[in-house]
Amino acid sequence: MWELHFTSLLKNKKMEQPNQNYINNISDGDEIFKQKLIAILKKEFPEEKQVYFDNYNNEKYNLAAENVHKLKHKISILGLEKSYELAMIYEENLLEGNTSRQEEFKAILNIITNYLEIL
Amino acid sequence: MNCIIIDDEATARIIINKLCGSIQTLSVLEDFSNAIQAIKYLNQNDVDLIFLDIHMPDFTGFDFIETLKNLPKIILTTSDPNFAIQAFEYECIVDYLVKPITQERFQKAINKAEAMQENLVKKEFSSEKAEIASDNDLYVNIDRRLIKIDIPSIYLVEAKGDYIQIKTEEENYTVHSTLKKIQEKLPDNLFLKVHRSYIINIKKIIDIEDNSVLIKKSVIPVSRSNKPELMKRLNLL
Repeated sequence: MWELHFTSLLKNKKMEQPNQNYINNISDGDEIFKQKLIAILKKEFPEEKQVYFDNYNNEKYNLAAENVHKLKHKISILGLEKSYELAMIYEENLLEGNTSRQEEFKAILNIITNYLEIL
Repeated sequence: MNCIIIDDEATARIIINKLCGSIQTLSVLEDFSNAIQAIKYLNQNDVDLIFLDIHMPDFTGFDFIETLKNLPKIILTTSDPNFAIQAFEYECIVDYLVKPITQERFQKAINKAEAMQENLVKKEFSSEKAEIASDNDLYVNIDRRLIKIDIPSIYLVEAKGDYIQIKTEEENYTVHSTLKKIQEKLPDNLFLKVHRSYIINIKKIIDIEDNSVLIKKSVIPVSRSNKPELMKRLNLL
């Protein structure tokens, strides 16, 4: 079901893709630092994502909102500006118990997961 | 400036560490993944600046600020721009950085922190200076003029009827006052009444013989009752 929704999202509008602009700027040519930062992102992102899903699936929406808040930083580090805006709205919605943007947010997490795998 | 970083997100800590590393005047002492650890550290170490994440589980950045007394300067780091107004209610907060933090924005925040630090040092220095100045000066009324006398330069005060004569390295002043009044204005550690008519500056004593002291070229009598106190003040071998 979700795959269908994600595919339709991709079909209907071209989804924003992550980039390394911020990572490169902050690294400022320091390749060792860049690799260290990417390694931390690769380790921390799946952990944060898992905590988010656990809280969401257990309908602990306030906690899930906190997880979204934390994930927003990684979304912005990867240059996903529109996704960041969506995450902000979704975080607020979750605090009100509104989960209507869940699938869109899930799609963002999926894109990041795929991107980090090839980094 | 010595600083610490408090953020539960490792990604944020490594980025802030990197940004700090690009500024020569900043030295990162430690970073912490939670505020409680940082509080323990701050109880034992001097820190000039804290990079503090607002949104942390269990103990938020604002909880941290409310808990500590005598806080150093704080730069808040957050993914949430909505706390900005609340943040500036605290005097210790220098700036508010929204993640992801850019080099340019970070530099601006550090400039603000350094300016605050400089102002603080200047303030402390000028109040210290003012204190020293007021401690060292004595104003006397002579012919309707208030004349400033540098207290440490006074070597002798002599009672002369309704007047006192204040003798300094540079000049002598005759003032309508009493020894008792001037004694109240002179620091105890430097001056001693050795006779009912004389107050001397202990630092200016050249020698002591029986019941008299030599100060400059004046031989001043020391009364029997005041001699023990004088002897107590001397650094005797």
